[in-house]
Amino acid sequence: MVEDVEFTSYYGRPIVKAPPWGDEISLYLFLGGLAGGSSLLGLGAQFSDRPGLRIATRFTAITATGIGGAALVADLGRPERFLNMMRVFKVSSPMSMGTWILSGFGVGSGILAAIEVDRLTGEKLLPLGPLRAVLHAFETPAALESALFATPLAAYTGALLGDTAVPTWNAAGRNGLSYVFVSSAAVAAGGAAMALVSVREAGPARLFALGGAAGEMIAMDQMKKRMHPAEVDPMEEGEPGHKLHRAEKLLIAGAIGTAVAEVGARVFAKKLGGGWKTRTALRALSVVSGAALAAASAYTRFGVLEAGIESTKDPRHVVEPQHARLAERRARGIVDDSITTGV
Amino acid sequence: MSASTLDSDAVADGHWHDSGHNRKGFFTDTSICIGCKACEVACKEWNNNPQDGTFELLGSSYDNTGSLGANTWRHVAFIEQDTERIEAARESGRKLVNLGMPAIRPRPDESAGAQPLGGALGAAASGSTGIAADGNGLPSTPPMGIDLLAPGTLDPSSPEDIAKLDTTPPDTADFRWLMSSDVCKHCTHAGCLDVCPTGALFRTEFDTVVVQNDVCNGCGTCVAGCPFGVIERRDDGTINTPTDRDRKAADMDVPNKNTANKCTLCYDRLVEGQEPACAQTCPTESIKFGDRDDMVDKAHARIAQLHSQGLTEARLYGANPNDGVGGTGSVFLILDEPEVYGLPPDPRVATKDLPQMYAKAGMAALGMVAAAGLAFLGSRR
Repeated sequence: MVEDVEFTSYYGRPIVKAPPWGDEISLYLFLGGLAGGSSLLGLGAQFSDRPGLRIATRFTAITATGIGGAALVADLGRPERFLNMMRVFKVSSPMSMGTWILSGFGVGSGILAAIEVDRLTGEKLLPLGPLRAVLHAFETPAALESALFATPLAAYTGALLGDTAVPTWNAAGRNGLSYVFVSSAAVAAGGAAMALVSVREAGPARLFALGGAAGEMIAMDQMKKRMHPAEVDPMEEGEPGHKLHRAEKLLIAGAIGTAVAEVGARVFAKKLGGGWKTRTALRALSVVSGAALAAASAYTRFGVLEAGIESTKDPRHVVEPQHARLAERRARGIVDDSITTGV
Repeated sequence: MSASTLDSDAVADGHWHDSGHNRKGFFTDTSICIGCKACEVACKEWNNNPQDGTFELLGSSYDNTGSLGANTWRHVAFIEQDTERIEAARESGRKLVNLGMPAIRPRPDESAGAQPLGGALGAAASGSTGIAADGNGLPSTPPMGIDLLAPGTLDPSSPEDIAKLDTTPPDTADFRWLMSSDVCKHCTHAGCLDVCPTGALFRTEFDTVVVQNDVCNGCGTCVAGCPFGVIERRDDGTINTPTDRDRKAADMDVPNKNTANKCTLCYDRLVEGQEPACAQTCPTESIKFGDRDDMVDKAHARIAQLHSQGLTEARLYGANPNDGVGGTGSVFLILDEPEVYGLPPDPRVATKDLPQMYAKAGMAALGMVAAAGLAFLGSRR
């Protein structure tokens, strides 16, 4: 069966509706990934004795969680009812699962941040008394707990957007949006740590970011190839397209800078203690590359979210892929599952 | 084949096993809709829904409502078509019948649609017993301009009477108006209900899907979850119903503001044994309300009747329990492709893909842990 070249629509009006999700949700997608990735780096830093990396990533994680959570609440129609999210635990709702994941993540992440604050203030400022020992005893359990929720936090948003009738999101979700999002989370967390931590300690952050960059390029490419052209279009055109192209450029530039910084750090490993010129150059390169990577991740999230919103505006993005899959099933001889029936 | 599991699925979703109620639904027969919009008005009045927009003309025939939304739970679509479009609709309807799907056949009222799909497929497998007005098993196309409302046309007992009809094309022979009152589909597998994170959306004892506006926190996930673009967050609107006119402007609050809103199938009326406002007001009974099974039976009988009169453009929307949403509580008879009316041609509840998406998210999460581990192992001090 030949796919219809043209289609009719009801005065060009949308068939599906875009959710009332604005920049707050895009910001949350970015910050959730940043928090999750940072938590993993923090756990590794704790076990590999990199205090600078550990402190920076733990503060990044709790800050991102706090702002991200606040952004989620702010985007609600009735923010005062945000606790209603905790009425149910509902597997069929990625939004419900995400609420529990974010809450679980926030507990461990909050404890770790409190511990770091206490350490930085010489274990004197916080009026903890005998509870101080209890708090510090929870460091490793809290680090493990937050790391347990970290990857679901970075990954579930792919299912959140995918589990909708929004054509571009749904198609992306079915074709690996979660791979794009965890990669983007690694890019963001690695980039932020590179910008905040000394070159000497940021080695794992650089490798994490490089792995994420490679993963994002491959996953994004594969995902787009598997989607229907009418579902990909909103990711290529208009403002969302600009954002995603900008994300790609920043990702490549940041990855090259990171690779140079990593090679530099290894080649000049011995000099890092001495030559201030080398050290400063590598540090500057790290900050710039890290910032570029974090920005790339943010652009990816804003771009994907806005591309989905855009895909609801023109019914073409709904009708063409649905015609195609209906025709494809009929070509395979499956003719009993259409919503439109002749009898 | 899961035709017979349709209703048990819906009941299981809602845990209403012992409610003693049958699933309720609409059958909206657009072939006899006259576009009076009484349903829109009755719905607005009963549900105290705010007005949409500023009464501007939308330039879409007589449709100045636009679409279903938070404040509009019945929407009458108007489509103007010329001969070419009418022929195309008739042809696409004919293709639909020719798909190897069940052939057209007359249905005695008692047995019609009791096992709609299974029974019909069985008939197809055992050789078409359909009305074969011409050699290819399909009725021949009658001359244009048959008045569906003319006496005799709608009488199922006398399809032969079509020959006696005055078939002289009236002065609108090269033109037709499609009018269709759209509404929430109350899906068997409802995307909005599945993704609601607060439990504000629930399945009632009538197997309909309703929002509890005192629970909803306006997260908007359901809006994205609906494959039909029905449910919406009520972010604006004004209200000034006749009974409100004495109130001060400050008192005219929009009810349930910033929460999700959609058709409740008049849940408040159903619990009192009443029918929904739109169905009660519909002057041509284009909107029928009743037990969902009866509605589907009526739909099958009606489509067989229209086909027997050569109106192959007629087709059902939502009567198939094997479709992407498990069949809809609101079944439609439409006269062209669904997208012509602004309906999706192959809707699919996203929840069907969710297990696979969770699996991918799980793989992605493991990959991220592995990447972090390797980053530390591969790093020099």
